Amino acid sequence: MFRRLLAVTTAFVLGTFSVASAAEPIKIGAILSATGPASFLGEPQRNTLLMLQDQINEQGGLLGRPLEVIIYDDETEVNRAVAAANRLLSRDRVVAAIGATTSGNTLAIMPRFSSARIPLVSMAAAERIVKPINPWVFKTPQSDRHAVLRILGHAQALGFTDIAILTVSDGFGQAGREVLQELLPEFGMNLVADEIYGPRDTDMTPQLTKIRGLSPDAIIVWGTNPGPAVIARNRVQLGMQTPMYMSHGVASKRFIELAGEAAEGLILPAGRLAVADQLPEDHPQKELLLEYIQAYETRFNAEVSTFGGYAFDALKLIVEAITKAGEATPQAIRDNLQQISGFIGTGGIFEMSPEDHNGLDEKAFVMVRITDGDWELLVE
Amino acid sequence: MDLGTFLQFLAAGLTVGSTYGLAALGFTIIFNTTGIINFAQGEFVMLGGLLAVVFMHWLDPGLPAAVVLAVLATTIVGLVMERLTIRPVQHTSVINLIIVTIGVSITIRGLMMLLWGKDTYVLPAFSGTTPIPILGATIAPQSFWILGITLLVLAAMRYFFSRTIFGRAMLACSFEPKAARLMGISVERMVMASFMLSAFVGAVGGAILTPLTMTSYDVGVLLGLKGFAACILGGLGNPFGAAAGGLLLGVLEAFGAGLISSAYKDAIAFVVILAILLWRPSGLFGAPDTERV
Repeated sequence: MFRRLLAVTTAFVLGTFSVASAAEPIKIGAILSATGPASFLGEPQRNTLLMLQDQINEQGGLLGRPLEVIIYDDETEVNRAVAAANRLLSRDRVVAAIGATTSGNTLAIMPRFSSARIPLVSMAAAERIVKPINPWVFKTPQSDRHAVLRILGHAQALGFTDIAILTVSDGFGQAGREVLQELLPEFGMNLVADEIYGPRDTDMTPQLTKIRGLSPDAIIVWGTNPGPAVIARNRVQLGMQTPMYMSHGVASKRFIELAGEAAEGLILPAGRLAVADQLPEDHPQKELLLEYIQAYETRFNAEVSTFGGYAFDALKLIVEAITKAGEATPQAIRDNLQQISGFIGTGGIFEMSPEDHNGLDEKAFVMVRITDGDWELLVE
Repeated sequence: MDLGTFLQFLAAGLTVGSTYGLAALGFTIIFNTTGIINFAQGEFVMLGGLLAVVFMHWLDPGLPAAVVLAVLATTIVGLVMERLTIRPVQHTSVINLIIVTIGVSITIRGLMMLLWGKDTYVLPAFSGTTPIPILGATIAPQSFWILGITLLVLAAMRYFFSRTIFGRAMLACSFEPKAARLMGISVERMVMASFMLSAFVGAVGGAILTPLTMTSYDVGVLLGLKGFAACILGGLGNPFGAAAGGLLLGVLEAFGAGLISSAYKDAIAFVVILAILLWRPSGLFGAPDTERV
């Protein structure tokens, strides 16, 4: 009698459990800098993730289960990012995670995800995130190296040889500076000036005056807003005519607004998002980019940015891996992520492999010139 | 180094140094009447610039009116700050009051972030951006505005403190509050006035620099720090020494970045300040301490 009762109870409990688990959400974590100095990167990323979550759930979710994106704001602080990583791993038990927004924070949280064997897709640029390869870590933005290759290729075509660089003294600038120092000699160019500015500096005329005295063929500026806008203004203020390249770190409309007329004629590498409407009709990314821009701008009433695109790609790649695997376990997601090929994202067409966890090359960038306060796509 | 390059560095240094100087002046005005280091001083500089942007956007009254409105509004913020946060706890120790000012600075920063967002903003230049060539250097018209207005404010303050009865009453409070009170001066009113004045000069600095250097809710931290360093350099008790210290700090930074290495720009300024503290602890223009035990 007792045995039968136990069996019935067990069956009942198991039955309800399996019903519950069918509707249990697939949890994906996200750590991003929605506030703090990198908020201009993190905010569009958070918006994008919320938007995608709603879109996917409206279309019936993933594998018949709802998708739940658990977002933590690291306030652009390393300690907060690490705490968030711990929470995602121990309390929320996510099957995959997206983050962090900045390179420094990504490098800090990476070891936790790889030792917990949970795949992590970063939205930060630094090449060190995927080189050397970490079996559990991926990233969606193009690397600094790709941007430098594009800029130097453009400069080479114009016959420039003497190059001055002006980089910001934070992680983004340091990474760019290292790649520039490495690749300039390979392009047969001379580094005539190697100047640095602080991320909060408000006047870079001393550095530019020094550079002007060395009369280089071109200046490459590496930084994110607002520094490069100050530099663009200082350049005009000093009456300098030297051609100036900017990094992909300022490829947003905000930069043109800040630099004003001083932005005219500057050249920079940018993801295709900035010039989506100028792409040829048959470009594989065009439709996706226009759809994303339309959806984002209608929902948030704000200008779309490439940085939000990194989050778009990160979540879409994970979703693609889950769909392909037919199950949402960390191991299956990881295995399928590194098999993704020909995947069209906002940043480029991803060709992942066990040896390449970024999946992009320099073709993910196009060169654009700022003309009449807007981006002008330069013919490749 | 040729004359043009020298002038270029000098102009860059004096331009940025002007804001450090005005922030430093604000520090000393409050320090003199109360003995408080007002850590919200950098926020006054930020409010001067950012509120001008806000007024331009909301009311569109034209640039000069927006700047005047921003400076007036910041002066009122100084008044409100003294009334709401300093006066209720005025009998506590100075260190507690300093902590109160830190709290106020965080609050102001947070409010501006919520109200106006985290982006960077810029004001149009007062008279165009066509650079003016002078002896081989090219200087932005805004630099002349900045230097001119800074000198004007300094002259006005000088006149106020040495020639007007109100200004002299404030000085009296700074030297000996008890005696000043016995002479019938309302020390409370003077403290309130000192907060308004320091908010005023800080805001002027912020508003005139914004067309050149842009602003956002968090620029006050660094500007406050540099203003404080300028005070140390020039002498904390001496308003005009502090302002001169600001100009000197700006020039040091510019020449440091241009001649030695831009990577150590901030370090150079702080090393010089350390050296001065060792050599003349009261600052370049401060009177040596003659307190007897």
